[in-house]
Formats: sequence, structure tokens, C-alpha cells
Amino acid sequence: TLRLICTTTAVQRKNVGASGPEKYTEAFIKKQIEEFNLGKRHLANMMGEDPETFTQEDIDRAIAYLFPSGLFDKQARPMMKHPTEVFPEQRKIQWGEDGRPFHFLFYTGKQSYYSLMHETYEKFLNVQKHQDQLIAQDLPLQKEKRNLAGSRWLTKIELEEMLLEKLSDDDYSRFIQLLQKLVALPCADIEENYIQKFCKEVPVQLQRVVIEPLQYDEQGVAFSTGEGKRKTARATAIVYDNGTGKITVNGTDILHYFPVLQDREQLLFPFQFLGRIGKHDMVCTVSGGGRSAQAGAIRLASAKALRSFVTEKEVEFMRQAGLLTVDPRVKERKKPGQEGPRRKFTWKKR
Amino acid sequence: DDKLLTEPLSHPDFFSVKELFTLKDLFDARVHLGHKKGCRHRFMEPYIFGCRLDQDIIDLDQTVQHLQLALNFTAHVAYRGGIILFVSRKRQFCHLVESTARACGEYAHTRYWQGGLLTNAHIQFGPGVRLPDLLVFLSTLNNVFEPHVAVRDAAKMNIPTVGVVDTNCNPCLITYPVPGNDDSPAAVELYCKLFRMTIIRAKDKRRQSEAIEELR
Repeated sequence: TLRLICTTTAVQRKNVGASGPEKYTEAFIKKQIEEFNLGKRHLANMMGEDPETFTQEDIDRAIAYLFPSGLFDKQARPMMKHPTEVFPEQRKIQWGEDGRPFHFLFYTGKQSYYSLMHETYEKFLNVQKHQDQLIAQDLPLQKEKRNLAGSRWLTKIELEEMLLEKLSDDDYSRFIQLLQKLVALPCADIEENYIQKFCKEVPVQLQRVVIEPLQYDEQGVAFSTGEGKRKTARATAIVYDNGTGKITVNGTDILHYFPVLQDREQLLFPFQFLGRIGKHDMVCTVSGGGRSAQAGAIRLASAKALRSFVTEKEVEFMRQAGLLTVDPRVKERKKPGQEGPRRKFTWKKR
Repeated sequence: DDKLLTEPLSHPDFFSVKELFTLKDLFDARVHLGHKKGCRHRFMEPYIFGCRLDQDIIDLDQTVQHLQLALNFTAHVAYRGGIILFVSRKRQFCHLVESTARACGEYAHTRYWQGGLLTNAHIQFGPGVRLPDLLVFLSTLNNVFEPHVAVRDAAKMNIPTVGVVDTNCNPCLITYPVPGNDDSPAAVELYCKLFRMTIIRAKDKRRQSEAIEELR
């Protein structure tokens, strides 16, 4: 930091902004809570409702009615909330009247973090002692593995919120390593409650795509439906079992609807991949897009319909072949100052 | 109130600290074992009894005297309600030292020492902090085998120190050095036990004297 030597007294005045975030005393917060409760009763009387059963939603509605604001940012509008939600939680004064701090690790600077490490290490030693006792008595060590797949450790931000203290990345990684060491011990089940405080359930991210079961029509023939899209084309396909390989699009045969060979190949690709060319009938409807887009849409729709006829392994093969993914490519917009999406105007030297 | 504070000072050993340990206890806890001859610090030479097979042996007679002085001083500080801070940078004994401090009702610091803890306390902790009145070192060196920063800082802030100095430590800045082994678990457990017993004894005596004064 720079030390000012030849300066005026005005410049050397204490920098007000450097004092850090505002510290709210307990008395201040108490006063705010009293004012809030009083204000809540006044508001209830003004709105003509019962002060005893006036909930936070009623308060929000009343404030929105009395102080209408057209501001876009919801957080800039007038609001009336309980002071504990408005003022962030802060550390109170850490020492008593005689000056002695309350926490025995106060002088380290990061008392909550180091006390957490101390406790965790104590649990670790406990588990080791228990293990030694079991070995001394020749009992087998429990080997029930915790399900690690569905849970994750707390993130650094969550831990900071828990401890009300700033942590560094190094501190956080050390804590996680210690927890992992603790979990790796065979008799760690004793301290399961303690470890659960630092675990979180991870929701299963894979959206298990539900494969619909086959439906049966009047004659008893199995069929299934699928929808697909490509660029601007949308298609629905109904695939029937015990067929001869006849494909109808919008009421017309594919030979008439798609004169080009490439489009017909696109339609037949899912059947060819599964080796079921002559076994299925298909009826599709398609709208929008151009010739190639419609072909791609029907291809996707038929692949989705075929999932119901086929084993899970083959579904996985289809997915890996790219038959079940929606093609995300659409027409890119034209930008100002350029002739097209990418093409720039001809550059003239002079 | 005045009598409470002046009465212990008139006796040489008001808290009978000499009964807490004997030379044999120190020997059994391997307090006399020092480091090798090459690690010897020049200022530790008066405290060394001799050298056997290249390993320094600390003179336990001197250790007993120094330890009695140190324990007596800690007892007096605890009697007067002073803040005692246990400092050690040995990773092996970090948990033990912290548990000892918690058992006594005093404070411990066995982690990374941030630069301005004592010298810049008003900005680190907030205005109105009370600094420790005594620093007890279970090991004067830090993890890089250099003198711990707290020794120098305590000397700057006029805070008395009690420290266990091994043969490779510098005893200069410590007010009550105790030459002895700081690496063996047995030795460190013995020190923790002794400090804990003195502090608890001193606090009990204080409570008893206050109760007697109130009854009058």
C-alpha cells in the first residue's frame, strides 16, 4: 500500500468506504423487528383485515396495491419483509464483557472452519479407535458401502453459508479430502449422522425416456406413433406391424411424393438399420419445410415409433447412430452490415 | 479484592507446582532426548548435559527448575484470569493441544499463523479485542524448522512467553524457556497434562478464594 507523505489534512481523512460492510448491532435488528410488526398491524387495519392472521402474501399484495410501481426490476419495487430476510446474517461480537472470547479457537482467525476440522478429525480418531477395538476382539469389520452415486459433497459457497465465514479454495479442498478419508474407513457407519450433514442428494439427471408400449387396432395389428421435426417441417408417423413395406405420406405413395432418391433413402434408413425393411407399413403426415426437411422429419418420427418394436440394446444402437436426435441446425439470420449470415459485402480497396 | 491478588505473590510456590512432576517422570516421558549434534543451536549449549552417539542429551536438573518456574508463572496468570494461548505448529499434536486448551477453558492456535494476528489485531478482529496475556509454545519451530513468528510478535507486543525449546531451537526471545524434547508423543502428552493440571488448579483456587471472600 502507498503511504501518503506530502499531503493535506483533507486527503488524510479516514476513507469511509474502507471500513467494510455495515455491521448491524443486535439492538438495531431488534428495533427493526419491532417496527416491522407494528407496521404489519397498521397495514392490516388499513386494508380492513384481521391483524392476527395477516400473512406475508397479504403484506405483499397490500404493498403492491398501495404503492403501485411500473418499474421492470421486481427487486426495485417497494417491499416490506421481515428484517431477518432483509439484513444478511452476521457474526455478533465474539467476546464477553471481561474481554475473553467465547470460542476456544478465536485467535486463529477462522474459528468456525478450524473447529469444523477439529471435530471431523475427532470423529476420524473415534472411528479408528472403534476399528482397533473390533480387531482386538477379532470381530469382522462392517463393509456396507455407502451409495456414492446419488450424493455429492457441499460446494464451497454452501459451506461458506453454513460457517458464516470466508473460505479459500485450499481450505475447502482440505476439508473435502478429510471427509473422503473418513468415509473410506470400513467402520465409518458409526459417524453416519455427522457425515450426512455435508452430503446432498443429486437428482437423477438422466431423463429416462419412457418407451411407449405397443397399441393394437381393430384387426389386432400392433402399431405405434412417433413425432419428428427438422428445420421448419413437422411430421407424425404411425408404423404398423406385419406389413409389406408400403409407405404413405400425406395420402400419396412415397414414389410420387418424394421423386428424388436421396429423400427416399432418408425415409428407409431406420428400417434398413434395424433390418426390418419389408416387415413394417407406415402412414405419415408432414407439413412445413422443404423437400429435404420433410424427409428428415419423417425419418426422425419413424425412428421414434420403431423404439416400441425393438429391444433396449437396439434402441441404444439407434441413439448412437444418431437416428433419435433432433437435428438442431436452422437457418442462420442475416446480420446488418453483411450480405448474408456469413458473407460480407465485396471489399473495395478505394 | 486487593488481598486476593497480592496473597499468592507472597509465597514462592503458592500452587505447589513442585508436586506435579518428578525428574523420573520426565525421564520416562523421554524429555531428555534432543536432536543430533549437527542440529544443535548455539544458545542451547548451556542446557545440554552431553552428547551420546551424536545425539544431544538435555540436562534434566535444569529442565526441572525451568519447568517449575514456568508452571508457577502460568498458574499465577490463570489465577488472575489471564488469557492463555497454546501455540504449536506440529501436525502430530495439533488435535491434542486443541483438546487440552478446550479442557482448561483457554485458547489454542495450532494452524497457519496469519501475519498480523497480534500486531494488527484491531484490524483483523475488530476494535476492542483483548490480546492473550500468556503464550505457551509446545514447539517453538514451525513446519519449515524456522522460529515461529509468534515468538517475535509476542516480544514486540510485550506478552510473556513460556516455551518448550528443543536442541535446535532459539531460546533467546522466550521469557520462560523449558529445555526439553518437543517431538516425542510421550513428552508432549506429559507437557499437556502438566499445563492442564496447573491451570485447572489455579482456577479452582481462585474460585475458592472468591467464595471465602464473599462469605466474610
